[in-house]
Amino acid sequence: MTLTIPTFSLISIGPWLTLALGAILILLVDALSKGRKTYFPYFSLAVLALAAFQTIDLWGAQSTDFARMVYVDNFAFLFYLILILGAALTILLSRPYLEEWGKDMGEYYALILFATVGMMMMAASAHMIMIFLGLEVMSIAVYVLAGFFREDARSNEAALKYLVLGAFASAFLLFGMAFLYGAAGGSLYLDELAKRLTDAATLTKPLTLLAIALLVVGFGFKVAAVPFHMWTPDVYEGAPTSITAYMAVAVKAAAFAAFARVFFLAFPAFHVNWHMLLWVLAVATMTLGNVVAIAQTNIKRMLAYSSIAHAGYILVALVAANQLGAVSILYYLLAYTLMNIGAFGVVILVARKKDSYLNIYDYSGLAYQHPGLAAGMAVFMFALAGMPPTAGFVGKFYIFSAAVQAGYIWLAILGVMNSLVSVYYYLRITVLMYMRPAEADLGPIAFTPAVTACVIATAVATVLVGIFPGWFYDLAMNSVKIFPSL
Amino acid sequence: MAVPLSYYLALSVVLFALGAIGVLIRRNILIILMCIEMMLNAVNIAFIGFANAFQAIDGQMFVFFVMTVAAAEVAVGLALVVAIFRNRATVYVDDLNILKW
Repeated sequence: MTLTIPTFSLISIGPWLTLALGAILILLVDALSKGRKTYFPYFSLAVLALAAFQTIDLWGAQSTDFARMVYVDNFAFLFYLILILGAALTILLSRPYLEEWGKDMGEYYALILFATVGMMMMAASAHMIMIFLGLEVMSIAVYVLAGFFREDARSNEAALKYLVLGAFASAFLLFGMAFLYGAAGGSLYLDELAKRLTDAATLTKPLTLLAIALLVVGFGFKVAAVPFHMWTPDVYEGAPTSITAYMAVAVKAAAFAAFARVFFLAFPAFHVNWHMLLWVLAVATMTLGNVVAIAQTNIKRMLAYSSIAHAGYILVALVAANQLGAVSILYYLLAYTLMNIGAFGVVILVARKKDSYLNIYDYSGLAYQHPGLAAGMAVFMFALAGMPPTAGFVGKFYIFSAAVQAGYIWLAILGVMNSLVSVYYYLRITVLMYMRPAEADLGPIAFTPAVTACVIATAVATVLVGIFPGWFYDLAMNSVKIFPSL
Repeated sequence: MAVPLSYYLALSVVLFALGAIGVLIRRNILIILMCIEMMLNAVNIAFIGFANAFQAIDGQMFVFFVMTVAAAEVAVGLALVVAIFRNRATVYVDDLNILKW
């Protein structure tokens, strides 16, 4: 028996290898050397920077590698960069917060790097196996991170809820893949699926539709779309705040990367069916997220519902399924990464003493005591609400114009109405900070350099990306050219 | 004698449904984890059935990946159950009620 090993080039998955090796190195050094290590955050940031350089170096390639398992294209690369940015900002936020809880340990940084590798695998996968593997590499690392404060009952509970429901949703996703495998007559390559499914449509259409429904369940869970969102508020509230920020932006971005790639490449022939399904999901997600967020008094829970609502906006872009729609997915995820991590940075700064100040009324009068911090939070709240001149506004503008361009006028109208609803609860924070006296003395806030730098950088970037959206728009336009059917 | 594809699929769907019902109605975390395993194995049966019918190898390959990942997932799940048991001395999901709306 002869085994032929297909040729491959390690360069094309260079960023994954860098991050994985970096993570393994952290684990080894942590295990084999004594004493408290303080350099892991710097090391992780260096590894992420190296991966970003490798990605930029690869930019422009358009091929597949590893026996057609991996796409090497700009769509994947742009997602790599967004994911690396999300991971780097999270690491900046983490250190002082973890120290407060006595949990500044090496495995935290290693797990973030591993999770990022999983996300990159999802963004670049060309075969269902890769999507599943990437999803699980990401999810398993994030389950552990969500339960990282293992002496804390809330963190435990959040991690277990996430794990049980996450595994439940993965089973649905897998079942969908199994039916797809059957419907396509024995292939799960994304680029082959479209043709095979269309050729066999007369025979296997019901099976394909069932598979599409099951895939929507699986992906919908990861992006926190209604009605698969029940875990989101609980997990976001219980998980360490830095991990909540990471889950809200990076997990969502990776899931949308795979979601978009699968649905744009594999199911163009069934677009009538999945558009209808996602239309309903998008409207339900936006509406529920925004309406329930109004009733929240815990800031992490409020941001959790807001993240559900933002998943709804991005679903609108997915439904539009045109070039502008794909561009707006990328743009919105970048904008969301910046503004949401910034907002969580402020939450971390204000929370203090093992998360003692998480109620939104703790923000009353913040502007009088810490004007700079309040200004930062105001920028993020305006951006999340979608006000010009921030990145949030431009992102929403692209999304809703894509929907109008594709003929989904009502979807765009419902989306805009939803963002009006969302203004209420975002501006409530701003009003509390600027127009109410402090309920009690807030006490000193420790402005640690890394977190402060992260908040300032994200605030500035949120505004800059909003004022000059052109360069990123061009990058995104360039990267979505790989979808011929758009 | 070859087993027809429909038998594989029927078994797979029944097992998957049983697993899903188990996850939804059982209260013991350990049994919930077992039910999730059952769902994943139901998927494996479907893959093997299809791979057998099409004489294609990817389906069988997929099964190995699913088994590996399921093992990793259960390892993390059991670790979390241990952590919860240490803090709260319970393995029932009804007792996990700090976080709610």
